[in-house]
Amino acid sequence: MKLDSKIPEGPLAQKWTNHKNHLKLVAPNNRPKIDIIVVGTGLAGASAAASLGEMGYNVKAFCFQDSPRRAHSIAAQGGVNAAKNYQNDGDSVYRLFYDTIKGGDYRAREANVHRLAEVSGNIIDQCVAQGVPFAREYGGMLDNRSFGGTQVQRTFYAAGQTGQQLLLGAYSALSRQIGLGRVKMYNRHEMLDIVKIDGKARGIIARDLITGEIQRHSAHAVIIATGGYGNVYFLSTNAMGSNVTAGWKIHKQGALFANPCYVQIHPTCIPVHGTNQSKLTLMSESLRNSGRIWVPKKKEDAEAIRAGKLKPTQIAEEDRDYYLERRYPAFGNLVPRDVASRAAKERCDAGYGIEANDTNEGVYLDFSTEIQNKGKQAAYAKGNHNPSAEEITALGKQWLEEKYGNLFTMYQKITDENPYETPMKIYPAVHYTMGGVWVDYNLQSTIPGCFVAGEANFSDHGANRLGASALMQGLADGYFVLPYTVSNYLADEIRTGKIPTDSPEFLEAEARVKDTITKFLNNNGTKSVDYFHKKLGLIMWNKVGMGRNEAQLKEAITEIAQLKEDFYNDVYVPGSADEFNTELEKVLRVADFIELGQLMAMDALQRKESCGGHFREEYQDAEGETLRDDENFKFVGAWEYKGDDISKEELHKEELKYEEIKIAARNYK
Amino acid sequence: MAKSALLKSSIVKKYWMALTGLFLCLFLAGHLAGNLQLIFGDALQFNQYALFMTSNPAVKLLSYVTYFSILFHAIDGVLLTYQNVKARPIGYAKSNPSANSSFSSRNMAVLGTLILVFIVTHMVNFWAKMHFDKNMPVYAVTVEAMGQKQNLYYTTSGNYIPVESVGKNVQDATQNGQQIYLENGREFFNTQAKIKVSEGYKDLHKITFAFFQHPKTGLIATILYVLAMIVLSFHLLHGFQSAFQSLGVNNKFTPAIKTFGTLFAIIVPLLFAIIPVYIHFVK
Amino acid sequence: MSAAKNININLKIWRQKNAKSKGSMETYKLDNVSTASSFLEMLDQLNEQLINERKEPVAFDHDCREGICGMCSLYINGRAHGPDTGITTCQLHMRMFNDGDTIYIEPWRSKAFPVIKDLVVDRSAFDRIQQAGGFVSVNTSGNTIDANATPIPKHDADKAFEAAACIGCGACVATCKNGSAMLFVGAKVSQYALLPQGKVEATNRVLNMVRQMDEEGFGNCTNTGACEIECPKGISLENIARMNREFLKASLK
Repeated sequence: MKLDSKIPEGPLAQKWTNHKNHLKLVAPNNRPKIDIIVVGTGLAGASAAASLGEMGYNVKAFCFQDSPRRAHSIAAQGGVNAAKNYQNDGDSVYRLFYDTIKGGDYRAREANVHRLAEVSGNIIDQCVAQGVPFAREYGGMLDNRSFGGTQVQRTFYAAGQTGQQLLLGAYSALSRQIGLGRVKMYNRHEMLDIVKIDGKARGIIARDLITGEIQRHSAHAVIIATGGYGNVYFLSTNAMGSNVTAGWKIHKQGALFANPCYVQIHPTCIPVHGTNQSKLTLMSESLRNSGRIWVPKKKEDAEAIRAGKLKPTQIAEEDRDYYLERRYPAFGNLVPRDVASRAAKERCDAGYGIEANDTNEGVYLDFSTEIQNKGKQAAYAKGNHNPSAEEITALGKQWLEEKYGNLFTMYQKITDENPYETPMKIYPAVHYTMGGVWVDYNLQSTIPGCFVAGEANFSDHGANRLGASALMQGLADGYFVLPYTVSNYLADEIRTGKIPTDSPEFLEAEARVKDTITKFLNNNGTKSVDYFHKKLGLIMWNKVGMGRNEAQLKEAITEIAQLKEDFYNDVYVPGSADEFNTELEKVLRVADFIELGQLMAMDALQRKESCGGHFREEYQDAEGETLRDDENFKFVGAWEYKGDDISKEELHKEELKYEEIKIAARNYK
Repeated sequence: MAKSALLKSSIVKKYWMALTGLFLCLFLAGHLAGNLQLIFGDALQFNQYALFMTSNPAVKLLSYVTYFSILFHAIDGVLLTYQNVKARPIGYAKSNPSANSSFSSRNMAVLGTLILVFIVTHMVNFWAKMHFDKNMPVYAVTVEAMGQKQNLYYTTSGNYIPVESVGKNVQDATQNGQQIYLENGREFFNTQAKIKVSEGYKDLHKITFAFFQHPKTGLIATILYVLAMIVLSFHLLHGFQSAFQSLGVNNKFTPAIKTFGTLFAIIVPLLFAIIPVYIHFVK
Repeated sequence: MSAAKNININLKIWRQKNAKSKGSMETYKLDNVSTASSFLEMLDQLNEQLINERKEPVAFDHDCREGICGMCSLYINGRAHGPDTGITTCQLHMRMFNDGDTIYIEPWRSKAFPVIKDLVVDRSAFDRIQQAGGFVSVNTSGNTIDANATPIPKHDADKAFEAAACIGCGACVATCKNGSAMLFVGAKVSQYALLPQGKVEATNRVLNMVRQMDEEGFGNCTNTGACEIECPKGISLENIARMNREFLKASLK
């Protein structure tokens, strides 16, 4: 198979404009004759469904949650990037493009990323027009903050709930279309397979999660916007229901899966507390604007802290190792996520971790310096040029509360510790997956008519995503890319007419789904679904996690293959098919996670270099930084499904061409 | 807006509840000012006030608004309660409402019903007597003249008419040879000419004192009255500031409104309650 | 951190096979629950135990487990989202309970939120209210005016955000003795009423959303304030007052 990225010709900055000018259109009177299915209602899905509905297509939107508003985009905290240069610090479309490519460790497509940067400004305009209440300054203008991997302030935010506000904006646009009858919404429905007719995507098989009914839905195009696959690790910052099933099912039907090994481990999450833990909670990256990360300089101090004999506040300033500031003076605490995460792991592996859990994995995020600085500033601003220490501390805490109040409260509720008084404990956790279904420039997968948007595709973040770029990509795909590219595809479908759902292809796909369900329900094993999911998660975290090496990856591949066998032999699913059955939902998802996990290990094994979130211990420089191999690995690794045995999957390479950017080693020092 | 929404929409029901409720608060204040004359004024002053309240056309208009408010407040309350009961067909096995709301706010319907019962009895005891009781006494004073006690009706024009010279009605007066007889409860008519010569005051003061000082039922009446005022107090504790919220007033003045509402809800019923206690125990 | 310990608890949980069947409270015993666990992790533990006993696990709604998606929805010991304030059920931790406690767990109770199974309810009424007017009618072309073309006073933007922070979990309805949805609707109406973008459609928005709210069978607000106390996002009663104002304004137009 030859991968055609369909990147338009011409200078980089004009590619998208030129491309749009030449895409085919569907006339307004023809649009109502065309059906489109959108699976997933996060930023990408909701915005795509709303836009396509508004254009006049018949849209059917699906989400497994009880409402489209609950998609996991809602949990994004920090912000959304846009090259508006409102802060007059030299930002531009080019810089956003450059930062994103560099942040992704030169493993993303130039053309896609440039398009993303181009439309970033429209996103903010659109959202403001929709009534998204971004943070503002006293003059009434929009406020911005900095995020990791950049030296400008281009991140728009709404307290620590930016994802929520953006999603609710998209949800409101979607709701408007549902109310107008342009979009038919299917809540609590899960896509379990795709239907292909003559090679084209023609519909999906979905399960009504309340009644268990298996439904056939036809359409002229199918858009998959179902998010990332971080839950393959069991513990992650993803929602419990986040899953790879839609993406994996299209993979099994012919869509290539690209760069599965690119996983972002977010540096600032609350550490693991115990074996019953179900999920990890993120503390927004924006906290790194104000917090300083450290561990004790002396191992004995770290031990004493873990034993509960010392408190962090008792460690003297000179005995603290602000290791990010030490190693990366230029970016300090605001290095990209992968860099910050690995640095934390390095310290903890060396024995300086401060959390009293099984693995001692935890470092401090300390706000005391910021409390002093901001307190002093606030006192001066109030005309008090001689503030007392207490006044400074009080004002500083007040400043923090205004800026991060909800995050601090969340932290306190979970850990029972007051972060205004004692530093937060944090540790990296699986957060985002840069890999995903391979798509061309039009966001179309290798199945014609099947488009993939948002985190579910692989396209824009290379090997590492910068903070506040996921929201940008989701909305860019949904609002500003898919409406054009999907229409281009559909221009040839105006004569197709309604697609019947009783064709053999539909019946066959339905039978596939029903068989799988029956098999699991009759399996009569002895172990719960979670048992296997947790086992998979441990293998993935320990061997396909932050630091990877050949031996462990090979072990992982064998162990996962074994786990898969055990799973199919011994999993127990209570209940029946025709009812609300959460265990059945889970087993179908975990089955796909297991296969994906194996492919991730294979992908990590073949990529004999370190880049972004993919760190191969064999490939690092003297200072422990990633060592890319641009000569041999400057490609997108896209895998083709070859049957039930995942180890037989075939790797296809899409060479990455850098025309605009001079490729270089990433340096944040 | 569709006209039907004026009654149907849940928010409009709240407006009506708030408007009628606030009007009734005004009524309470006025009523209290009048009643306090039972303590601070003499019988004449009180009866003059009572006459004013039953005869002045503006007051009459207000009184109709009051009747309407009470009725509408009650009917609207029933509708609200019906809607609210329907909204939760299956209740909770365990509920801990005191964790998040006040007793009064949760029991407005019960408190309101009790108040309605009180209002009805209260009106039967006083208002109905004042308006319809044929045997309602007319205000008279006792003066000592020449060592003899004499009972005299006091007329609205400030004259005195000896009680014994007035017949209960025209027949009595004719029989007993009295010059004057009483008509319409408090009007003095000339027996021969059958024309009105002057007007007296219905003695509501006497009725009231008698009611609360009744040797058998006075104490129980006083206690019930005080209890009713406690119920009213709880109703007002929530109702007063709630009305402002319903009408959309929730701003920088809200704390002041809440404080005023609390004071109003305590002071007004307290002063109301003091009156029968004073009559029963002190007078 | 107060050191985590293990406690044993008794659970009384509403079990109901499906929307049509009659449910009842069932009793379960669960041992060795870490006080560092979240409430939902405790339920995971119970379900693991039930599955191992070949019994049907308890169905409950949950997703993000960090207090933002609004999916979790339990009435715990007589309170929406349990005994702590300012949080959702998924943020409730077992350290709020003691060894030997009996914990009641029930679904949201509202005519407009019918039970689907066990502790899972159908909250699509909220979606329909949103569809009736919870939006600004602007096409998604991106060709709107520049985001900074209309300055918005920080105070208004902040207030709009506070209203928009609603997660649509339905705790307000569940906790309200009247099953009223006015905090939810008030918050949405307020968000748009406070912003210039929302002013154009303000009249129709409030009328349509309130009409839909009434049609869904929610109860009426009697200003008990319980919703504000139990709201995990601290949405203020001010928003209901603002909706009342907006409705009045719209009605008089």
